[in-house]
Amino acid sequence: MASWLLARSRVFFSTHQPKNLPFLSPPFLNHTSSSSSVPSRKISPTLFCFSRHESTKADAQLELEHDVAEDDTNQAIDFPGGKVGFTSEMRFISESAQKRVPCYRVLDDNGELVKYSNYVQVSKEMGVKMYSDMVTLQTMDSIFYEVQRQGRISFYLTQMGEEAVNIASAAALAPDDIVLPQYREPGVLLWRGFTLQQFVHQCFGNTHDFGKGRQMPIHYGSNKHNYFTVSSPIATQLPQAVGAAYSLKMDGKSACAVTFCGDGGTSEGDFHAAMNFAAVMEAPVVFICRNNGWAISTPVEEQFRSDGIVVKGKAYGIWGIRVDGNDALAVYSAVHTAREIAIREKRPVLIEALTYRVGHHSTSDDSTKYRAIDEIEYWKMTRNPVSRFKRWVERNGWWSDKDELELRSSIRKQLMHAIQVAEKAQKPPLEDLFSDVYDILPSNLQEQEKLLRKTIEKHPKDYPSDVPL
Amino acid sequence: MSTKFGRLVSLVCKRGFSISTSVQKGASEQGVKSLNLCSAINQALQIALDSDPRSYVFGEDVSFGGVFRCTAGLADQFGKKRVFNTPLCEQGIVGFGIGLAAMGNRAIAEIQFADYIFPAFDQIVNEAAKFRYRSGNQFNCGGLTIRTPYGAVGHGGHYHSQSPEAFFCHVPGIKVVIPRSPRQAKGLLLSCIRDPNPIVFFEPKWLYRLAVEEVPEDDYMLPLSEAEVIREGSDITLVGWGAQLSIMKEACLDAEKEGISCELIDLKTLIPWDKETVEASVNKTGRLLVSHEAPITGGFGAEVSASIVERCFSRLEAPVARVCGLDTPFPLVFEPFYMPTKNKILDAIKSTVKY
Ligand SMILES: Cc1ncc(C[n+]2csc(CCOP(=O)(O)OP(=O)(O)O)c2C)c(N)n1
Ligand SMILES: [Mg+2]
Repeated sequence: MASWLLARSRVFFSTHQPKNLPFLSPPFLNHTSSSSSVPSRKISPTLFCFSRHESTKADAQLELEHDVAEDDTNQAIDFPGGKVGFTSEMRFISESAQKRVPCYRVLDDNGELVKYSNYVQVSKEMGVKMYSDMVTLQTMDSIFYEVQRQGRISFYLTQMGEEAVNIASAAALAPDDIVLPQYREPGVLLWRGFTLQQFVHQCFGNTHDFGKGRQMPIHYGSNKHNYFTVSSPIATQLPQAVGAAYSLKMDGKSACAVTFCGDGGTSEGDFHAAMNFAAVMEAPVVFICRNNGWAISTPVEEQFRSDGIVVKGKAYGIWGIRVDGNDALAVYSAVHTAREIAIREKRPVLIEALTYRVGHHSTSDDSTKYRAIDEIEYWKMTRNPVSRFKRWVERNGWWSDKDELELRSSIRKQLMHAIQVAEKAQKPPLEDLFSDVYDILPSNLQEQEKLLRKTIEKHPKDYPSDVPL
Repeated sequence: MSTKFGRLVSLVCKRGFSISTSVQKGASEQGVKSLNLCSAINQALQIALDSDPRSYVFGEDVSFGGVFRCTAGLADQFGKKRVFNTPLCEQGIVGFGIGLAAMGNRAIAEIQFADYIFPAFDQIVNEAAKFRYRSGNQFNCGGLTIRTPYGAVGHGGHYHSQSPEAFFCHVPGIKVVIPRSPRQAKGLLLSCIRDPNPIVFFEPKWLYRLAVEEVPEDDYMLPLSEAEVIREGSDITLVGWGAQLSIMKEACLDAEKEGISCELIDLKTLIPWDKETVEASVNKTGRLLVSHEAPITGGFGAEVSASIVERCFSRLEAPVARVCGLDTPFPLVFEPFYMPTKNKILDAIKSTVKY
């Protein structure tokens, strides 16, 4: 762990430009988008296309590229919150710039470093752990998915296609950064040392599940790993993350809160509350939005008409960056830097990671009902984040076919074993039905527990026999 | 796994849901079809859209048919301007629906799960419910109907199982309606859509596929605020709504074997509710039992109980019994323990009658 902590503070520029640590000054952000000559390659025109509303007559008055020009005179409104210059031109600001905010990447689709890219260096140890955890997550997903299909667990939801966002973001954080997940980010927990056995226990809802079998599969949480327990209601974690971040700031901690959400999640009121609170409270929080193109069956163009999510930060007074979510190095660098900004400058940062939900929304969904198989295949094959990162670690001589075979079979074995153990484990005891509603059992629950136990005695067949009484 | 327990057994025996409104066999030539609850809802929506060009159906993932397939085919038939996906935002869905309704349209909004209705709570409680009253009846949003699936399904855990009806029963200005069967669902939903008041319509999602019943194909409505005696009896009155009625019915059958005659009432509309039907029944039987899945404390059963005690105090021969969910969040592996099962109801029937 010490070695990756060391690695975290070195920013590496492949162009060898002498530069100060970039996060200290706002122009860095401009620099990132303008001077890195990353070709703004269109990724899936159908998916991320930016559709504007039908043009109106007002179009002629729209200043599409630049902000409205100020008058040369030095006159301004001395408005609460800061002076505002005057203009004599009646111009409406367009809904978005003509050119979309470019997407920061470090590796191209073949896993080769893009020329002139600036990124945070990753050590061999770190690189190998990142790759291994991405493979572990992938394997866990495919096995759990099968286990659900066999009816052994009630529900599952995969991370397929989003392994890089999951693992690389986790890699860029420190263990005492507080994570508030949506639900498609178990890779963060995996990175932090939550064991395969612990994941399996949760999905089986047995007595070893930290959540005591009360929630559906995939609702992981671990206090020890600074990972708040997943809650199904979308976006509720976002304002909570701001409160957690504020606490870290008040306690003088060198840590931040990091919270995840999906593209769908950005439509909830809680997303907007969180962004605004974060800016106003100057909270050290990093928002990571996994823009994976879909919220169940709803495509992004039916979710919002802005240039994605990154531009929303600007409206709230928050720095933001759009990153290729399938490029583990880019995600790592962006999150690493965002974390430094958040902690040093006591300000929130918004990261939009462009990625794709390759799997169905969940085991309750069949996504071929609403999206093209070609689109899924393209993201699964051509833009696969795991194989892209693999090419990079292989090119560095850090990884061989033998390593690959060994890792995959070992993970598979561990999971199979873990599943057997979890399946045999007892369910949580009946008292866990009543505990934790409050810190202590109030009288109404004491009474209900007593009554229930009498009923069970009378009608034992009505109740599952695997729950200890 | 937990489906082994509790209600599944009772629900696979189909068509046991309406009694007084049962349809004769062989009527399918005359426009009656065997439908599940999901298809009955779909048919009601189809009729609503077809019969009024100013009606709209919208919500999260509604366009491709909805996560429960209740809106399947509607976008194709009526176009994406009348049947559409919304952004993922419940307060937006209901607020939008209020505005649409206030302009004289029928806004039929879907909230994907009743567990996710709470971001819209302010729009429902402070806006929809008070729109008419606060404007001196200059404005109203009576064209608003909010459909939402509720209740246990065997594996839903905290956030895919809740029955939040009682929260909304505390709000003057909206109506709360819950159907028990396909035939009821279609007729009640059409009434809700056409009722000049905003309504929250809770759909028992456990029954979407399980409950199958003969449903008339034509456009028909069932009255709101009218309870229905779905089983006559003389020893005790049982009051319930939605999916819970099938469990209660089983308890009635078992009680009958032990010589207890139960009267079963489907409340259907929770506010404003039909006290008279319940009162008349309790005056006859002298005993009352209410049952619902929602936690017992502050549940709507408390309201039914209090009202009937007020009206029938001298006639009651035993305390009112409530068989409800526990005062805990809805638990995944403990669901069979949490639920107001048939035997819990049966025990309560017996002890009330013996009292
Ligand atoms: C408040 C709320 N409304 C609706 C839902 C149902 N729901 C679960 S996931 C989901 C889509 C979320 O999409 P997104 O945020 O893009 O995340 P993704 O699944 O793509 O990772 C919806 C609508 C919910 N869980 N919570
Ligand atoms: Mg998404």
